[in-house]
Formats: sequence, C-alpha cells, structure tokens
Amino acid sequence: MADDIIVSRDDWSLHRKGYLDQTRHKEKVEEVIKQQMGDLIVDESIILTDGKKNTKIPMRSLEEFRFRYDFNKKNHTGQGTKKMVPGEIMGREQVKGKGAAGSGAGEEPGIDIYEAEVTYEDLAKILFEELKLPNLDDKKRPLIAHDRPEFNDVRKKGLMANVDKKRTLLESIKRQAFSQKQNKEARVRISPEDLRFKTWETRPNFETNAVILAMMDTSGSMGQFEKYISRSFFFWMVRFLRLKYENVEIRFLAHHTEAKEVTEEEFFTRGESGGTRCSSVYQYALDLIDREYPPVHYNVYPVHFTDGDNIGSDNTRAMSLMKRLVEVSQVVGYGEILRTHYSSTLMSTLKRITDPKLRLVTIRDRNEVYAALKTVFS
Amino acid sequence: MDNEMRALSTIAQDIAQVARGMGLDFYPVNFEIVPAEALYTFGAYGMPVRFTHWSFGKAFYRMKTQYDLNLSRIYELVINTNPAYAFLLEGNRLIQNKLVIGHVYAHVDFFKNNRYFSRTPKDMIERMASHAEKIHEYELRYGREKVERTLDAVLAIQEHVDYRSHIGIHCKPVNEAKVNQPVKLGEGHTCLSDSCSGNSCSSNSCVGNSSIKGQSCVKPQMKNRKKRASIPYEDLWRDLLEDDHELALQPEYEDLLLYIMMFAPGLEDWQRDIVSIVREESLYFYPQIETKIINEGWATFWHARIMHELDLTEAESFDFAIMHSQVVQPSRMGLNPYYLGAKIWEYLAKVKPLDDLFELRETENDLSFIRNHLNRDLVEELNLFNFRKVGAQWQVSEIEWEKVRDNLVQQLVNGGHPSIVVLEGDYEGKGGLYLKHRHEGVDLDIVYLEKTLTLVQFLWGKSVSFETIVDTKKVIFECYNGLISRRQPS
Repeated sequence: MADDIIVSRDDWSLHRKGYLDQTRHKEKVEEVIKQQMGDLIVDESIILTDGKKNTKIPMRSLEEFRFRYDFNKKNHTGQGTKKMVPGEIMGREQVKGKGAAGSGAGEEPGIDIYEAEVTYEDLAKILFEELKLPNLDDKKRPLIAHDRPEFNDVRKKGLMANVDKKRTLLESIKRQAFSQKQNKEARVRISPEDLRFKTWETRPNFETNAVILAMMDTSGSMGQFEKYISRSFFFWMVRFLRLKYENVEIRFLAHHTEAKEVTEEEFFTRGESGGTRCSSVYQYALDLIDREYPPVHYNVYPVHFTDGDNIGSDNTRAMSLMKRLVEVSQVVGYGEILRTHYSSTLMSTLKRITDPKLRLVTIRDRNEVYAALKTVFS
Repeated sequence: MDNEMRALSTIAQDIAQVARGMGLDFYPVNFEIVPAEALYTFGAYGMPVRFTHWSFGKAFYRMKTQYDLNLSRIYELVINTNPAYAFLLEGNRLIQNKLVIGHVYAHVDFFKNNRYFSRTPKDMIERMASHAEKIHEYELRYGREKVERTLDAVLAIQEHVDYRSHIGIHCKPVNEAKVNQPVKLGEGHTCLSDSCSGNSCSSNSCVGNSSIKGQSCVKPQMKNRKKRASIPYEDLWRDLLEDDHELALQPEYEDLLLYIMMFAPGLEDWQRDIVSIVREESLYFYPQIETKIINEGWATFWHARIMHELDLTEAESFDFAIMHSQVVQPSRMGLNPYYLGAKIWEYLAKVKPLDDLFELRETENDLSFIRNHLNRDLVEELNLFNFRKVGAQWQVSEIEWEKVRDNLVQQLVNGGHPSIVVLEGDYEGKGGLYLKHRHEGVDLDIVYLEKTLTLVQFLWGKSVSFETIVDTKKVIFECYNGLISRRQPS
C-alpha cells in the first residue's frame, strides 16, 4: 500500500490567481461605484465623517445573478440549542442602508452583503477624475511672480560653494582609471579639471491663482433637505479643489437678507433664519472681487446654492448683479434645490442671461448632486 | 523530504491501513501541504487550476478575509479524481492532520463508491486545466471583455443542466435515453467538445455520451452548422416533427445549457465552447452539491471512528475532542451539514449492521438520505425546526418532525435550485426561447430573475420568455434587447 500515498509540498508563492481575479472583481466594483456615484456621494456616513481618510464605505459587492428562490417567501429549516416553540421570534430583519437592492437578505447565511469596501479616498479619486476648474486661465498670475531656482545643470565652472562633490569624485576616478600610468598609491586625487559645479536656472514660478466664492442661502426657507444638499455639494467641491489645485482660495459667504463672510466650519454647520435677498450676496461677492481678487490676476468662480425662494422685488437687482458677476468670472454656478416641478422666479429671471459661463442647475433629488458637480466643474 | 513530510507520510500510510481495515475502499490519495492562500484559492475555484473569472476572485477574497479574521478555517480540501488529491493546510498540527487524513479517506471512499459520482471524470484536474487554457486563448483572440461577458451569462445558468442524464444509464428507464436527446444534429450525434476523440469519446460535454452508447462521435460539421445557424430552427422543426411521438413524451427539456449550446441562433463557435466547458464543469460539481450532508457526515463519522483506533496520547485526545466538536458545532440559521450528516450516520450505526451503512453510502444522496433516515428521534435530539418570515420578523413556524423533514427534503430538490425547463425554441415563430419555471410552492426572487433573464437573452440572441407564478398568479416575463416586460396571461 505504501506506494499509494504521496505526501508532497510545492512552492506556491507564485500562485497569484486568486489575487488577479480579486483585482478584476475590484475593478468591476469600481465600475459600479461610478454608476452609483450619484447615490454614494450624498451618503450621510461620508459627509458626516468630514472626509477623514480611512473612512470605509460599505458597498455591496458584485452579485452573481441566477434563478433563485425568494428567500423571504421560503420556509427554512434551522437548528436550535434547545427545543423551540412555534411562534417563537428568532430575529428581526436587519434594516440595511439604502442601496441594498430588493429584499434585505439580512440573516441569510452565505449571502454576501457589503463585503467590498471602498475608502473615502478611492471614492474621491474616482469622482475627481471627472472634475476640473473650467476656463482656467494660466496667464492670470501675480504681477511679481517670484523666481524659483532650479538646480538642473552641471558645468565645469562655477562657484566653489556649489561644487558637486559626487560628480567631482566620479570624474577623478574616471580620469585615473583611464590614465596610462597606474597610480600605485591608489589615492584619489582631485585635479582642477575634475571639478564639477552645480548650477541653476531661474524660472518664473507659474502658479495659477483661483478663488472660489462659496455662497449659500441660510434663510429660514432652507429646510433640512436643502441644507443637506447644498452642504454635500460644497463638501465635495472643497475637497476636490484642495486635492487637485494647490493655489486656490475658498471664501465662504452665507446670506439671508444680508450677506456676510463666515468661517468654513460655520459655513458647514450653522443654520440661520429670516428672509432671502440673493442680491445681497452677489453684491458682497462683487465687492470682494473688487477689493481682493482683481479678475486680471485671478480666476474667479462664484458658486451659489439656494432654494430659489427670493423676495420678488429683488429679482431684477439680483439679475443685474449676476450679469456683472458673470463678466468678471471664469464660470458662475447657480444651483437651486427644490422639490417641486416649478422653477423659481429667480431661476427664470437668471435664465435670461445667455452667457455660457453661467451654469444653472436644479436639484430635485439627492442623487443629482453628482450631476450638479459635473455641470459646474467641467 | 523533510522530517515533517516523512512523519506525515508514515502517518498517512498507517491511517490508510486502519481505514481499509474498517472497510473503507478508496482511490490512492496524493497529499500535498499548501499554505493558506493556496488552499483558499482552491476552495474558491473548486480546483487547483481553473479558468479565470472575477466571481472566483470574489469568493477567494471572502474566504481569505474570513481566514484572516479567524472566522473560519479550512483544514483540508479533497479533489474527486483518481488518484485523489488532498490539500492539507500548512501549519496544521500533527493531530489535526491525523483527523483530516482520516476524514479525507472517507471522502474518497464516498467518491469512489457513491453512484452519483459514477460518471464524474476521474481526470478532472487535467480537463479543467485545459479548459482554462482554452478560455485564456479565447481571451487573447476575442478580447477579455467579450469572454467575460459570455462567462457572466453562462455561469448565471450553470445549474440548469440535466444532471440525471449523467448518473449512468443503468439508472434510467430505457426509453428515457431517447427522449433525453430531443433533437439530433445531423447523423449520429454531435459532440461540441474539442476534446472529442471520435469513437471512444468520453467527454461529458459530448452530447451523445449521456444516452447513446456505441455510436460514433463525429466532430460537428461546420458547414452544416453554419447553414443551420443562418436558418434558425428550420432543422429543429423538422426534427421535432419527425420525433413527434417522443416530443409528446417529454415536451420539457431540462438541459438549458445544452439547448442553448446547440440552438442559440447568435452564438459564435467559441461561445458555444464556453457553454460546453461550463456545462461539463457543472456536471462534475453537481454530485458534490447533492451529497453535501451525507458525504460530510460520512467523513465526520469515519474520522471519529478511525481516531478511536489510533493510539493517541492524552494531549492528542484532548485536542481531537476540541477539534471534532468544532466541526460538528450546530449553527442557528441554517444547518451544519457535518453535524446533521454525522448524527444520522451515528444513529444508523446504532440500529443497523455496518454492511448496511456501506450500501447506503453507495445508493443515497442528501435528498434520499434525509427522506429515508431523518426520523422523529433525530429531529427532536437535534432541535430542528422550520422558520419563516412573518412581517419583518423571523419566526419558528413548525416543529413537528415530519414537517421538518419534508421541508428539508423540499429544499434539497434539484440541488436547491429552481427547476427551469425549455418549452420552445421558436416561440411565436420568431425564434424566441420560451422557458418555464416548474413552480413547486415557492416564488422566485424577482430582482434576480430579471437580471438573469437579460443574461440568458444575451446568450440566446433573440427574445426570451419566462413563465412562472408570482403570488399564485401566472406571470410571463419577456426579455428583448436587454429590456424586461411582464404580462399576466388571461
């Protein structure tokens, strides 16, 4: 019988198949994420984390479809640790977050729920691939662009302070290696012709200057939904800008009947009340641009979110100010959050401005934030 | 060979002797010690070498995560071939390996003797390796996307093949052999497998193999098939008319994959080959699915007995007791097949002579095993019960032993998969595929049904209709160009 049995051990360290197919699964999950981006970016769990880096977003992994029974309509057999009584409650259906298509397979054994995870960073990466600052003008930069030295050349002459020691030594070794007579002492001698100097070029430091004016309506008419949507929008906008652009400023302006500048934290957390006068914030923005961000030097991007519930008498004034804003800006975003099918009078007024630099969006559903981001920043 | 391997080899031989002495009859076994990652790969793929698909990567990731988090642990994996292959987890302690080796021999005894495995190819490792190569070639030739899309669709319906046709002709009534081959292509029969070797073709994907013996196996005549593809169902109709009588005998074809492979109007040859590959692998795996309880029970029952025969130290006995109790741990939602199976075998060993047990392991599968041997004593001892969803809560519904047994039996029918049959391949004269779900009391998951239907439609090319019952009403789902509609026939 002895020859029946073989015990062996192989080297499996190169066996990568599982990982390769796992990568493909991950790729496919990313495709799904792209499709569901609209839903994902307004997920409360993300917005509330304030973008902490290691946040994981639970994702349903790819399903393998087949003809199968409806789990919830089936009679199952189980096993108790004690005698069970008919009618005994074993558990409740677990309420899963949205996105769990169809039946919540809460306690089904062997069914995969939420096993692929995406990090906040993954999500941001995918999202930001598609976003950019539109009409960005490189020529706009401070008049005094400071020069930045770049050591990118090596020469035979230069200042002793800038000797490139490594190259000098190399030259010396090279020279002695080529020389006919072998130096018995084998000591490295540095002769003047070995010397190498680092040298630099001065380059103007091209940095594009851009400023975003985030304007939010904080009046009493802005309900939970409206606030949530505009904050989601600004949340991603801020993160996108900080990640992708080094030299971009963001100013936060809040308004009801009057406008004022607030800190970032206040902008995202504080609520106000009162009526709405949109012209106030447009005026504030224009003043700010005038004072601090001359359009000759700056790319200016005002973005305003409101429920569109403006005092009727203000609309004309708002429109003329908006016209000026559009003139001085690269792009202006105007977002209206409303859940009815009518658009506001302010929106219909602003629609008369035909300049393509004005980008108007209406958000009626939470998953439209994604589209709004793409409309403004593309 | 290092010391550990030498020791293991000696132990494996000792245990083999003990097992044979107790009456187990198994193929030679090659044991291999592998690291966890390799073992989990094999577990996810079902085989050391198999074609590439993201679903295996997903399974691998899940198994690996569970292992990393210490949630589950596979100690071994056995491949049903001759010789059999068994993979032992690197880092198993000696006592663990002893138990596992006993367990493995019992599995291999089951593979060798149980009639449901009588038709599984004993060289499946090589076959699957060659399938993997072929699919890789298709990827190079037709693009990964296309191959993946085809695989996605075929894998979605991989369960829908006629398993019974592969159990062995001696189990089937004589005339079934003919009915089972509803449509004949050309002369003789056609084997679409590239590995078809003519007269002695033993390929599982060989269409003729399942039912008609002694006929020559010819390669498909490409010209003929192309012609057929250009006039869909022309041939089908003629054959059906000629075989009118047989059609009446069995108007519902059970082998959906075979039907698609042979008659889907838009499939290219390489796609048909993928269908044939998946079908062959599905037929290989199915007996393992339908003998899960009885086979795991058998192996658990025997590893316990074999361990009692070995001279274990006190510490080893203690370790063994712990490990064995982990294996047979009851689970609350659902059933632990190791536990349930072992309990039934233990019960049978008490009331029957050993010879009877060996006979049962030859003839039964999970369904008959439960139906014939799960009795009142066992149901009560194991605290089995039925439960269902009432509102948002899961509630114990029945504890009467017959109801528990019958429910379990019902869940095992058809390997737990809904039974889907083909009624027509030219529905309403437009080349549509008409499928029917044999509703057996439980509705289907509609979300899944619709998604799967679009995949079937992708394979079929033309429209696909699907008849089922939803909330006691007959409903027909129709899929065309990936779009689903549903109607209720009056």
